[in-house]
Amino acid sequence: MTMTLDINAELCTGCLQCELACSFEHTGSFNPAVSRIKVFDFEHGRHTVPYTCTQCAEAWCMKVCPTGAILVNPQLGSKEVINTSCVGCKACTLACPYGTIEFNPLSKKVEKCDLCNGEPKCVDACPTQAITYNEMRP
Amino acid sequence: MTWQGQILRINLTSKAVNIEPLNTDWAEDYIGERGLGSKYLLENCDPKVDPLSPGNPLIFATGPLTGTMASTSGRYAVITKGPLNGAISCSNSGGKFGAELKFAGYDLMLIEGCSSEPVYLYIQDDQIEILSAAEIWGTSVWETEDWIRRNHQNPKLRVASIGVAGERGVRYAAVINDLHRAAGRSGVGAVMGSKNLKAVAVRGTKGVTVDNPKKFMDAVQKTKTLLANDNGRKDMTAHGTNSMLTTMQEYGSLPTRNFQEVQFEGYDKVDATAMETTDEAGHRNLITNKACFGCTIACGRIAHIRQDHFTIVNRPEYWHASGGLEYETAFAFGPAVGVDDIDALTFAGYMMNKHGMDPISFGVTLAAAMELFELGILTTDDTDGIELNFGNAEALTIMAEKTGKFEGFGQILGLGSKLLCERYGRPDLSMTVKGQEFAGYDSRSLKGMGLGYATSNRGACHMKHDVFAEDYDDSKPTGKAGPVKASQDKIAAMDSSGLCIFVTSAWGLEEFAIQIDAACSSDWTTERMLEAGERIWNLERLFNMEAGFTASDDTLPPRLLNEPAPSGIRKGQLAELDKMLPEYYSLRGWSKNGVPTKETLSRLGLN
Repeated sequence: MTMTLDINAELCTGCLQCELACSFEHTGSFNPAVSRIKVFDFEHGRHTVPYTCTQCAEAWCMKVCPTGAILVNPQLGSKEVINTSCVGCKACTLACPYGTIEFNPLSKKVEKCDLCNGEPKCVDACPTQAITYNEMRP
Repeated sequence: MTWQGQILRINLTSKAVNIEPLNTDWAEDYIGERGLGSKYLLENCDPKVDPLSPGNPLIFATGPLTGTMASTSGRYAVITKGPLNGAISCSNSGGKFGAELKFAGYDLMLIEGCSSEPVYLYIQDDQIEILSAAEIWGTSVWETEDWIRRNHQNPKLRVASIGVAGERGVRYAAVINDLHRAAGRSGVGAVMGSKNLKAVAVRGTKGVTVDNPKKFMDAVQKTKTLLANDNGRKDMTAHGTNSMLTTMQEYGSLPTRNFQEVQFEGYDKVDATAMETTDEAGHRNLITNKACFGCTIACGRIAHIRQDHFTIVNRPEYWHASGGLEYETAFAFGPAVGVDDIDALTFAGYMMNKHGMDPISFGVTLAAAMELFELGILTTDDTDGIELNFGNAEALTIMAEKTGKFEGFGQILGLGSKLLCERYGRPDLSMTVKGQEFAGYDSRSLKGMGLGYATSNRGACHMKHDVFAEDYDDSKPTGKAGPVKASQDKIAAMDSSGLCIFVTSAWGLEEFAIQIDAACSSDWTTERMLEAGERIWNLERLFNMEAGFTASDDTLPPRLLNEPAPSGIRKGQLAELDKMLPEYYSLRGWSKNGVPTKETLSRLGLN
């Protein structure tokens, strides 16, 4: 089973509560700049689109990693960065076709969505159910 | 905690950039945002200063909850001496700029002096630069935001800027952030323009932490659930603030044609339902709703104009969606000027956002000009050949654009209603208090609103008190002074938190207090917040007294005091301010002349 975040951008109001919740969960600070889910604005605010890792089956980030620092979580199927193994080479950030794994210049490691160990905080925070947590459709 | 602990002081004359510690004693006494900014203003300027001179500081202040997970945490306020009327001005705004300023590490930014050439501020965390704005001076807010992001190759920059209206001193020029969020009232944009400051661009990556994360998140969850389940909130999400227009029509409190009438026959062509209705050509004005930072409500409207409408034919630059009508914009461009063309209203709204102006003051000023025109005092010789009759949609849109670009008769409209009416010998036609235009509520049917308008420290304002429940209950003046005073103090505290007062359909001061208490290191209770609110109100009053305002300025225009409401369920009523004001002064602990007594000042620690 692989779990994933489904995003319905039409429901998104652009409030960034997902970014606040994500950053708080992972850093203890409210800091959208380091959120692993990001909301993009288009056309004078007409569209606001949350965007994060799809936990895709190919997982190019994992395949390209020279130190084996990205592993599949056996319960959730999510791809998780093992901090102690990551050497910050950024190969994964180039390999990911979606641009959803990012290098953090402070920690010198990469970061991506880890589904908060099965309780994704962005889902709880979203006031319009634009982000839902589901089993990946085949 | 929750405070970054530092403020930014920038002197545009000397180009000095200084980072100072936040005065935490003041934060303890004045909470943040509106209150804290007002304290910084009083300590940094002579209230008698010319608002458009270098001696008038321009302050951007965040609150203790700005940038946190608390619902509606995107607010910041611009505090300065307002050029519209010379009173203390505090205009707050949503969007995402305020939180970004705090994320960059600054609780407050104080800008003083005046640059010798056009500049903008570029702030990326610790990197602060004063850069040339030569290439964007003379352009609109929309062009400025776009240019700055492109120039720095950074789409994540949040920008607060002014348009030509602010550059050229339109007295109700606004500071606009995130394309269509405004620190709208009292001309704070003109102060920015007087300093040759075109924009402030910020990117912050430092985040905000709170004192007790567990307690804070519990409080956030509890209050957010209250808000999410509240019917008032649901109505605001679905229909925006413009559903108020229908209510005001019902109460006969919808100021129409410069307050000559209180109901508008075309109200249903410009209200929330009209925005949501698909017309015969398949066009629907409203596209969607959008939120400010951290907001669970999302009252903001995103709208578009019919492409065959006269305002945008052959102007593809306006064919995209943008910020749509809110109640005050709909009132000021609809009933106030007698126009019922929703696309014209929407276009005039675009002009306010694009060129940086306050729609309330513009609309009510135009309404006065239209009355002067219909009286024959103004003629087409004055108005660039435009027939300035009530109901002329083309006149509305042309004048909105002309004023935004400071062209022709727009320069006269840019004076505001008070100076306009004085200029043409009819000061009685100016629908203002202390020189600031009314919002969309008539004081003859809503008596408490009238008292709130008359005593508001920045001049006529509907956002500084909340007595709708009492005013809906009955039309008597008795019993209104208490709720007006209490709600003024409460809202002064709420306005200082970093949150939006649109949460108040679901929250009282208690919901603010528990979140501030968990976020800050000191203890905050409802009682302490209320006392701080009263302190803030009196501090603003002291500024105005020093600036030259007296009790004689706590009044309403003769039209509302002497001309009975012509229709509606409160037909025949007058504002009856004299039956409320003495009690109000007494409840405030002020003398009969509206001066805070020594005991009152001492009780609030304002000696």
